[in-house]
Amino acid sequence: MHVLRHAPHGTIYSYEGVEMILIMATYEQDISVVFIGDGVYALKKGQDTSAIGTKGFAKTFKAFDGYDVEKLYVDQLSLEERGLREDDLVVDIEVVSSGKIGELMHEQDVIIHH
Amino acid sequence: MNIGILVKEGPYNHQASDTAYMFAVAAIKRGHRVDAVFLYNDGVLNVTKLMDPPQDDRHISSRWAQFSLKHNTRIYACVVASKRRGISDDIVIEGADITGLGTFTEIATRNDRLLTFG
Amino acid sequence: MLHTVNKSPFGNNTLETCIRFAAPGDPILLIEDGVYAVQAANRFASLIETILKTNPLFALQPDLTARGISMIASGVTTVDYEGFVELVEQHRVNSWL
Repeated sequence: MHVLRHAPHGTIYSYEGVEMILIMATYEQDISVVFIGDGVYALKKGQDTSAIGTKGFAKTFKAFDGYDVEKLYVDQLSLEERGLREDDLVVDIEVVSSGKIGELMHEQDVIIHH
Repeated sequence: MNIGILVKEGPYNHQASDTAYMFAVAAIKRGHRVDAVFLYNDGVLNVTKLMDPPQDDRHISSRWAQFSLKHNTRIYACVVASKRRGISDDIVIEGADITGLGTFTEIATRNDRLLTFG
Repeated sequence: MLHTVNKSPFGNNTLETCIRFAAPGDPILLIEDGVYAVQAANRFASLIETILKTNPLFALQPDLTARGISMIASGVTTVDYEGFVELVEQHRVNSWL
């Protein structure tokens, strides 16, 4: 399981996290991705980094399907705290409670936070 | 037990590499095997032999080189993260290799535990 | 599952986030700047007390010593690096960064 917890442009963690997820997916790992805290901002619609000189990657999440990365979960409280709703996000994603994410974490052999 | 370690922050700026090292030493002491250390994000900067800290400070890359030699632990820096940060084969310490995330995938799956320091 | 937290609670919400997802009974180990959470009489004292009702809480002694922290919240167990390894022997690890 990969956990994205950083906002997308101020630091590289989410971006390199996504790179890691896509490569690991090609090795046919059973991958799930969870967005918690500022990590949910990576999914926000309407991002345009052209004026800040960094590489945007919000579109990459739309390609996850093609890599068979289909288990995507976003933490409900993190979304709510940021005044975001499901239709503010670039992909269809399951919005789940922290209890549910906690259960999923418990099933994992390996968890990597980005 | 076989242990894999992932280090996600660079040397000196963060304690991550130091904690990873102290943990690895303690793991060996308790009879475990540290299979590999994988470096990601700024973590790749931990294996440049160009670092030259003041005499009275620890030399982080040399320390990993010695650990690698003594305990037969390979140290891998992610190639994409390395290229981004100017880390190449000719400037990394003995015992370290620049490699792809496929190697990390193997480390994450073949070991009993994976710990992340960052 | 063992959870590790390495950020100061004064600058970062990692500890609060971690406990929101940790299962009851999961041990939580504070390392690096994470150990500032358990310095006695700080503003996280009641949070620490609440955590201890459901989860065992550990702090890495070398990190406490390095930071000059000698008085810690009661109920928190200190471990050295080998104690850290022992916890890892017993649990898979979720390293919150």
